[in-house]
Amino acid sequence: MTHIKTINNPCIKKGNGTGCGECQASCQSACKTSCTIANQKCRKEQK
Amino acid sequence: MLDVESGALHSVDEMTYDIVRAIETSKDPHTLPYSASDIDEVLFELSELKNAGAFDSKGVSVNSGEFGKGVIKSLCLHIAHDCNLRCKYCFADTGEFHGSRSLMSEEVGRKALEFLMEHSGNRRHLEVDFFGGEPLMNFPVVKALTAYGRELEKKYNKEIAFTLTTNMVAMDDEMMEFINREIYNVVISLDGRREIHDALRPTVNGKGSYDLIVHKAKKLIEGRKGGEYYVRGTFTANNLDFTNDVKALRDLGFDQISMEPVVLPDTSPYAILEEHVAAVLSEYDNLADYLLESRKNGCWFNFFHFMVDFEGGPCLKKRISGCGAGVEYAAITPEGDIYPCHQFVGEKQFIMGNVLTGEFDTSLQKEFLNCNVTTKKLCNSCWAKYFCSGGCAANAFKYNGSIYEPYIRSCSMLKRRTEIACGIFAAEKSLEESNDIT
Repeated sequence: MTHIKTINNPCIKKGNGTGCGECQASCQSACKTSCTIANQKCRKEQK
Repeated sequence: MLDVESGALHSVDEMTYDIVRAIETSKDPHTLPYSASDIDEVLFELSELKNAGAFDSKGVSVNSGEFGKGVIKSLCLHIAHDCNLRCKYCFADTGEFHGSRSLMSEEVGRKALEFLMEHSGNRRHLEVDFFGGEPLMNFPVVKALTAYGRELEKKYNKEIAFTLTTNMVAMDDEMMEFINREIYNVVISLDGRREIHDALRPTVNGKGSYDLIVHKAKKLIEGRKGGEYYVRGTFTANNLDFTNDVKALRDLGFDQISMEPVVLPDTSPYAILEEHVAAVLSEYDNLADYLLESRKNGCWFNFFHFMVDFEGGPCLKKRISGCGAGVEYAAITPEGDIYPCHQFVGEKQFIMGNVLTGEFDTSLQKEFLNCNVTTKKLCNSCWAKYFCSGGCAANAFKYNGSIYEPYIRSCSMLKRRTEIACGIFAAEKSLEESNDIT
């Protein structure tokens, strides 16, 4: 491709095997006041 | 260019950007001032991406009820409704949470941990945050509950990640040793420049607290030997140039930094008002420049809100269901009352039950479960919905009187931080590639 360069492939995981709920609740992280969800880690990916 | 539904990120030239904008606004791209062959080339590339599920990908219908249904996995324990500081912007009414000063008893804490175990379903990984006011004012209970939590982990086959949020004033060597051994993540409140910190975070006697804190914060973090921590500052209308506070924290040697906009009613002299938002957004740009420059010069640091995990981030269901407040996350007061999160404490209509009486009404939990990016009108059409997940329900309630109506100033800030996070990721990826080539 000459006009478009993909920096990151599709990354939002969907479907079977997702939504296990084991990841950290986002407000238990650093902020405590302003939610940012996408900087949370997927527990499965961390393993 | 971000493909909202897939999370794919593309770097595009100006012509492609214009063509995508035309498509988005239902204009014929061939009316743009580019040659037909160039336009067709871009359209071909876009169709290739579309086929690969990386452009214009369709959303997947997810029943958010599948996620976190009735399961609480995370608690914020209000160990002390008291504080040894009198921060002028404190959302918790300088530790009282609009009630009276009190400490959580060990009995209430034990009941809270038992409540967590009994309501955590098949979740194995649980979280407990020791919060306040200032939790070090009730440190024997922190220790006792950590020990009790370890017992319960074995009994229920769970793992608890304990975290602690502290202003450091009462920290001593014994506490440091315990915290660095037992506590997975420590959040230290420190606002940056001495004069900024001291102006708004005085002690009970009205003196600045900066000098009481900094040396202990450094020592604690040194002792963590790489263990997780954040130095968390708050910025207000007084320091819209908060990049200077991040720089001050960097100069002290901290490399895990969070700087949060203050949460206050507009009547407060410290509140971030609508008229301040443009300055805040511009300051995020300044901070991004500083972060990239620092990293390029080998001084790596992390800014919490510019950190987006593009490769190992959360799944769609997590991104839809948000921070978990009132669903999988709850706060427990010293009296044992259960609230959807720490920010709701004191708003009596949000009491969900009490760990001492065992009462737990799930109707509020259902309401919070139903409050997500798919049900909030403003969020559903927002490009950043899978990054912020609908924002803070407590802020929404405090500013708009409804958990369903996002606090728009916070949206503006979140969107800019997300744009910057995408930009940083792209810049660093590009740098990595050029280093590989050379």
